[in-house]
Amino acid sequence: MHNLTIKQLSAGLRAKEFSSRELTAHFLARIEQHGGALNCFITATHAQALAVADDADQRLRAGEGEPLTGVPFAHKDIFCTSGVKTSCGSRMLDNFIAPYDATLVTRLREAGAVMLGKTNMDEFAMGSSNETSYYGAVKNPWDAERVPGGSSGGSAAAVAARLVPAATGTDTGGSIRQPASLCGITGLKPTYGRVSRYGMIAFASSLDQAGPMARSAEDCALLLRAMSGFDARDSTSIDREVPDYTATLERPLEGLRIGLPKEYFGEGLDAGVAQVIDEAIAAYRSLGCEVIETSLPNTRLAVPVYYVVAPAECSSNLARYDGVRFGHRCENPKDLLDLYQRSRGEGFGAEVKRRIMIGTYVLSAGYYDAYYLKAQQARRLISDDFKRAFEQVDVIMGPTSPSVAFKLGEKASDPVRMYLSDIYTIATNLAGLPGISIPAGFHQELPVGLQIIANHFDEGRLLNVAHRFQQETDWHTRTPNGL
Amino acid sequence: MALSAEDIRRIAHLARLQIEEQDIPRYADSLSEILGLVEQLRTVDTQGVLPMAHPQEVAQRLRADEVTETDQRARFLENAPLVEAGLYLVPRVIE
Repeated sequence: MHNLTIKQLSAGLRAKEFSSRELTAHFLARIEQHGGALNCFITATHAQALAVADDADQRLRAGEGEPLTGVPFAHKDIFCTSGVKTSCGSRMLDNFIAPYDATLVTRLREAGAVMLGKTNMDEFAMGSSNETSYYGAVKNPWDAERVPGGSSGGSAAAVAARLVPAATGTDTGGSIRQPASLCGITGLKPTYGRVSRYGMIAFASSLDQAGPMARSAEDCALLLRAMSGFDARDSTSIDREVPDYTATLERPLEGLRIGLPKEYFGEGLDAGVAQVIDEAIAAYRSLGCEVIETSLPNTRLAVPVYYVVAPAECSSNLARYDGVRFGHRCENPKDLLDLYQRSRGEGFGAEVKRRIMIGTYVLSAGYYDAYYLKAQQARRLISDDFKRAFEQVDVIMGPTSPSVAFKLGEKASDPVRMYLSDIYTIATNLAGLPGISIPAGFHQELPVGLQIIANHFDEGRLLNVAHRFQQETDWHTRTPNGL
Repeated sequence: MALSAEDIRRIAHLARLQIEEQDIPRYADSLSEILGLVEQLRTVDTQGVLPMAHPQEVAQRLRADEVTETDQRARFLENAPLVEAGLYLVPRVIE
């Protein structure tokens, strides 16, 4: 059952080959068996899951099943889930029981999906390896000595190991796409504003976006449809109709113009990864696509811009963690200042503290113009590069990550080196564009992801382009040994 | 851009973060390194470029000034470290 796609699980449920309770129990058992070694779950919600599964079974018996009714999945521990611990991978929220559901959580619950638990993640979504979590590092199911990527490392590992058929993730600088690439699964970051951020613990408000992580583009299409849509509670939610992403999956790709930015194939890209990507592009050529060399000249500014903008926004968003109303409070504070300083000092890990401090610095008097304003201007240059490119091409492709999964501890003590792992994904967030990573092959027996970027609100195209590749290749069906 | 220990203390204070004295040099090093990465922005010509705060060209949505939320104080107080009579307790602020 754990080898089936969501589409197959849904069909199986409706044909009464198995019940949602059976499925749920099956996946919960897998989580019990393998979740510990991978450390991909922070909380497993056994009783609640079985109750929701029973409800789903009732609906299915009454013939009221929808595509996701009765299908198990997991939420990244960044989404508020009412009555359930929501830690954001941090000691700061280790004691936090969310008093409400995120809109995303409500939508997937109403679609009948069954939440099995909350997955591990880099603390406050800050990281590219899932090594900054208060709950310990997540292991890559393909090689337990390597990272799964981050910050949605727990979700990626859980799906790759088939402990859940799907999981939600969030992506601020690549945190869905990069772990999807390193774990050999499919992960999509929608257009900024496509999916509601209400109840999604904020890191960088102009960059954060939630998205599906699953084993195929088809499964992601099903999930994205349920997740998307206008939400009055999110002031940055875009009011725009949600298309049926599954209806356009099979469109032929003849004449599709694929742009390959030369900046994505230069220095820093591992040769083995480049080779896999070249072969993937060749597969697209044989499907009738036109491959065009393009340029995104300001690519080199993406990481520096991000490491001004994201920390600035995070320093503001994380100011709410003050030990007063919720979250960690230090023992015996002697005065208000001590309460704030020690609660925050104890509650946050080193990477979070680093980013809060960078953010505080670049927003401080005397430095704002030189850093933050400058970064916002450079952000527009990056965004304009994409606008120009999309006048000539329909989609942009390249590697998701410059390397395959690296070893645990390899980059953890070198922040800048870690930051450069997101070099191909970051610009997409800055421009608010949708992007997907799909398995394209292996190098040194580790997964390699192909990244596809489309224009705003063109998720249908992204999923179509990804799906056609998955019909011609079987990289996305590969699974790690022993799981 | 090299940050000194004094810079770190000042920034940490602004951010209300307690940093142990022995950790200050490490933070000074890593923050300086990160700012070094960011320095590349200085070489960019941004003359006349409009700053971009947000990926979509949208303005803040407004709504009618009507009360729509309900009182859920008791629920929210459940997560509080210290409360009394429906209020959050903190160390004395005013002498």
